Amino acid sequence: MSKLNDELLSDIDEGLLEEVSGLERLKDGAYNIRKNGQGIERKITENVNIITKQDKPGINIYVKENTKFEIVHIPVIITESGLKDVVYNDFYIGKNAYTYIIAGCGIHNDHHKDSQHNGIHRFFLEEGARVKYVEKHYGEGVGDGKRILNPITEVYLKKDSSLEMESVQIKGVDSTIRETKGVLEEGANLVVTEKIMTGGEQFAKTIFDVQLNGDNSSAHVTSRSVAQDNSRQYFISKIYGNAKCFSHSECDAIIQDKAIVTATPEVTANNVDANLIHEAAIGKIAGEQITKLMTLGLAEEEAEQEIINGFLR
Amino acid sequence: MLELKNVCFTRDNKKILDNINLKIDTNKFIAITGPNGSGKSTLVKMIMGIEKPDSGEIIFDGKDITNLKINERANLGISFAFQQPVKFKGITVYDLLKIASKKNITKKEACEVLSRVGLCAKEYVDREVNGSLSGGELKRIEIATVALRGSKLAIFDEPEAGIDLWSFNNLIEVFENMRELVKGTTLIISHQERILNIADEVILMRRGKIEKIGSSKEILENNIKNSINCCKVKKVGGNKCQN
Repeated sequence: MSKLNDELLSDIDEGLLEEVSGLERLKDGAYNIRKNGQGIERKITENVNIITKQDKPGINIYVKENTKFEIVHIPVIITESGLKDVVYNDFYIGKNAYTYIIAGCGIHNDHHKDSQHNGIHRFFLEEGARVKYVEKHYGEGVGDGKRILNPITEVYLKKDSSLEMESVQIKGVDSTIRETKGVLEEGANLVVTEKIMTGGEQFAKTIFDVQLNGDNSSAHVTSRSVAQDNSRQYFISKIYGNAKCFSHSECDAIIQDKAIVTATPEVTANNVDANLIHEAAIGKIAGEQITKLMTLGLAEEEAEQEIINGFLR
Repeated sequence: MLELKNVCFTRDNKKILDNINLKIDTNKFIAITGPNGSGKSTLVKMIMGIEKPDSGEIIFDGKDITNLKINERANLGISFAFQQPVKFKGITVYDLLKIASKKNITKKEACEVLSRVGLCAKEYVDREVNGSLSGGELKRIEIATVALRGSKLAIFDEPEAGIDLWSFNNLIEVFENMRELVKGTTLIISHQERILNIADEVILMRRGKIEKIGSSKEILENNIKNSINCCKVKKVGGNKCQN
């Protein structure tokens, strides 16, 4: 199972995989490909073991301690209209191991039934472990069936471990409720960067809940979003400083047309040495930014596109 | 190459530009100076199309550009460095320079331009054009975007504004080499003697009008005399200065 099996993958599958994982990059490191609710291909390495869960759908991923650098891909593709797929993936990252994890879900729905994927991902990092976690959501297809993605991410960080999460969802997904929860011990660090773009009648809701329990723990949560047409977005962030800790959360949204964005930041300091900052800014594209790019020769629409592309990069 | 005919602009019953007539020739370095509120910035914004005149015409290279959009003027060869450089989120210095150059310049080419405006290129090329950059750094990047356009007419709206004296002393050297950097005509709003001294001509504006056009020496001497007279009137009579 070290080579991608072309017979199992149609052109649509490969297209979706390319979007969420990058086909070429997929061949590096360990991977597990899930299609329409079934694991279809898997590769393990000396440092990364992947085991199918017995009690519920999903896998356990184990990364050995002191692993210098490993890439793990766990893409999910859904091409069957009307499928409601729920998967539980647990990552156990050994002491001082460094792992790059790329997860993503691509839905192709050409029909009228709703297709849904709920991925529940839990990360357990041992002391000093480091993870970069990239999650990409992508939807395509001409059917009127909705493409729905509801990811839940739970992160448990032991002493001096760190996890950097990057999630991207650019159009194509009709409805999303994303929940991210973090529990941090002493010296642990969590960085979350979220980029969302919604259009049409799409809906996206993001909920962050971070508990800073250990001294010198820190969290940086950044959400950048663009809401166009009649789409709606909600950003809810709850950060609890329960020790001598630092957090910075930031919600930055561009609205266009008749879109609606609501940001509800909540910071709670339960310790006198907790230092918690929140910033939120919602508004249309600044006129002066458009003017500047027009002085460089771009038409108004081109200028807007450049500004959005940069903003969501 | 540039002609303004009877350009007027009034806001809140105040004549910001009062019947401006001006001709600017090719390959000149022209400075515009004058007191605050004299209409300098509005005048250069009219030329770029950021503001539209209430009446009058703007002719560029024989073409009436009065009703053209900003980008149409840019594509005819006019460029503009803002007094307060615009900040972006996510757009890097390299992105901005690529847009400015109208082609996919390499990072090496972008670095060369940054070096010419006095920035240590490698440190800046991948940085976002945001508030993490200092006023002086943003000004230099702004100048680099203009330099890259290879414009027939490059406009600089008070490049010294908002930066400290030390940064400006370094920046002024960039302007002293501006003839090399910007091919074509340069139109620069400034109050700095060193900038006025390198100009072919200095335009003095006051109360929405062009009061005088001459060498920096002529303009500065006159201006200083007027200012001294103005102070005398104030001291003796206590009346509001009329000059």
